[in-house]
Amino acid sequence: MPQAIEPMGTASTDQTAAALLPHLATAPRRSGLIAMLGRAGNAFWRVPRESNYAKVGLIIYLIFALTAIFADQLVHYEPLEILFADNYQLRRNLPPTTDHWLGTSYSGRDIYSQLVMGTRSALAVGLTAAICVVAIGTLVGLVAGYFGGWIDNLLMRLADIALGIPFLPFVIVLASFMGAAQSNVVLGIALLLWPNSARVIRSQVMSLRERAFIEAARVTGAGKWRILFVHIAPNVLALSFLYTSVAVGWAILTEASVSFLGFGPSDTVSWGYMLQDAYASQALGRGQYNWFIPPGLCIVFVVMAGFFISRGYEEVLFPKLKG
Amino acid sequence: MHDEILLDVKNLSKSFILSRSLGDVINGRHPQVDAVNDINFTLKRGETIGVVGESGCGKTTLGRMLLKLIEPTSGSIDFGGEDISTLDRTDELAFRRRAQLVFQNPFDALNPHFTIRRSIYEPLVNTQVPEEQHDQLVADALVRVQMDRMLHLLDSYPHQLSGGQLQRVVLARALVLKPDFIVADEPVSMLDVSVRAGILNVLREVRDTMGLAAVFISHDLALVRYVCERTITMYMGSVVEDGPTKDVINRPLHPYTRALVQAVPVPNVIQSHEPLALTGNLPDARNPPPGCRFSDRCPLAEDICRQSRPPLRTVEQNRRVACFKVPEMTAGTA
Repeated sequence: MPQAIEPMGTASTDQTAAALLPHLATAPRRSGLIAMLGRAGNAFWRVPRESNYAKVGLIIYLIFALTAIFADQLVHYEPLEILFADNYQLRRNLPPTTDHWLGTSYSGRDIYSQLVMGTRSALAVGLTAAICVVAIGTLVGLVAGYFGGWIDNLLMRLADIALGIPFLPFVIVLASFMGAAQSNVVLGIALLLWPNSARVIRSQVMSLRERAFIEAARVTGAGKWRILFVHIAPNVLALSFLYTSVAVGWAILTEASVSFLGFGPSDTVSWGYMLQDAYASQALGRGQYNWFIPPGLCIVFVVMAGFFISRGYEEVLFPKLKG
Repeated sequence: MHDEILLDVKNLSKSFILSRSLGDVINGRHPQVDAVNDINFTLKRGETIGVVGESGCGKTTLGRMLLKLIEPTSGSIDFGGEDISTLDRTDELAFRRRAQLVFQNPFDALNPHFTIRRSIYEPLVNTQVPEEQHDQLVADALVRVQMDRMLHLLDSYPHQLSGGQLQRVVLARALVLKPDFIVADEPVSMLDVSVRAGILNVLREVRDTMGLAAVFISHDLALVRYVCERTITMYMGSVVEDGPTKDVINRPLHPYTRALVQAVPVPNVIQSHEPLALTGNLPDARNPPPGCRFSDRCPLAEDICRQSRPPLRTVEQNRRVACFKVPEMTAGTA
């Protein structure tokens, strides 16, 4: 029931107001979704600009992302292809050569190609799991923090339960019941890792809820969902980013652990799969450092990159913590 | 225009329930604070009332209830003849369009992630005003708060503005809906003295040209004297005095109002009484003194004050006061 408002005022103010109109009309229109995303993007880029930690982390991510995107062009062999020499001998346990940059595995597979392809699955798992974790965490944190009462109680007790479940065993059980697929690993991570971000965002929302500008939104007629998603959510978005970068590392580490323990999918090459393969084939005993060091280093780098970015975020967003 | 009653507050009370300590549970106590206690007053269309009292006397709680931001524990508020506690969503939006709030702290009253433009347009979007009217209404509001020469600020964010500019934005946001009632909660207390006069003049002009009814919540009698026709004094949740501002400040009846008037260094206030020194602090709101709540600090208190609560009664034309001692005082000092 849109209701018109009668203009009301003295002649002189009306005249001045009329003179303003063209300025308002030609000025850029008030923001919509695109502007909001733009601001979020600005906040996102501000961090690497201002912090060297974040810069390094972002560069590492960028290198891995490019590797994952162009993996098909970068590999020399199919990563799971069993390679034979011309004399029909298995090309097993070869040291690094120009043909096999990182040598070959016990079952005659090209390690370099596996490493490159592993980037793709690592990033796929890491990013989807991180996005799921933070999406659930942000939503739960917003709702619990804003509505409080029994909703808050219910959601936070769920969070307590999720935090109480041993993490890796749960993911393994889930993977063995529902099938060893990467999507199940992602599901397990999403189900158990959201409470961390949810709790932090909830506390942030609880303090925002009491701020005067939220009261201003109420007094100007904003409904509760509008207040939550339009007025409060942009103020916790930075925290969500922070938790995304931490969650990426966690997810990759978990996927690697699950694969290393042999519960990962056998048709997809991942760094954890490589480590498991190397371990089971006693690469360590044979001193095949070219086999297990590279995937280990890759995991370390990606997790470290996530840590660097979150560290950079912390410096920029909460400068008081620097001490 | 001063005849029609816009706001009718009847027996309004608000108690906040406090969390119980172990001792409270054992003793079966349910501690609560009566922030606002049985308040009655009416506001006519276009009238401005100042509500004064020291911190914690319930004036902010009262203001929030008038705007339906806090639900009262008991009592009713009729706005334009309708009880605001029973509004449905449609009627509530209509109410929101007519009743607005000006905040104390302009640095906290604007969303840090919104541009100034967005903050000013937001009320129009929220209350579903047709979009073709938005620019016109915003232009009117900007002129009213004298921001028509500050259009370049519209695309800034709040942290880029000064306190005085922010308070103009807060005012513009409150006025953009052309409300007929505003609550101004300490509208200038956070501002530098140098910009106060500017904001106060805007408030006065708005009051005069828009025929706005307003409740000014303040501890500053100078502000109240400058913009309000009527003044209500509150002490510990209750109205202790109500009357035309001129009379209340020049010739306060209630001993608490007298103390307030004399505590504020206002030039040109004719102080016809001996200074009335108050002793002690505000009593614990959980255990208010029996009888008159002011009795433990009042230099004039007698036994009756400590035993029963003085009702708010009309003592002169348009003046109400809650004190047993008033007839004697007026006889003695008038």
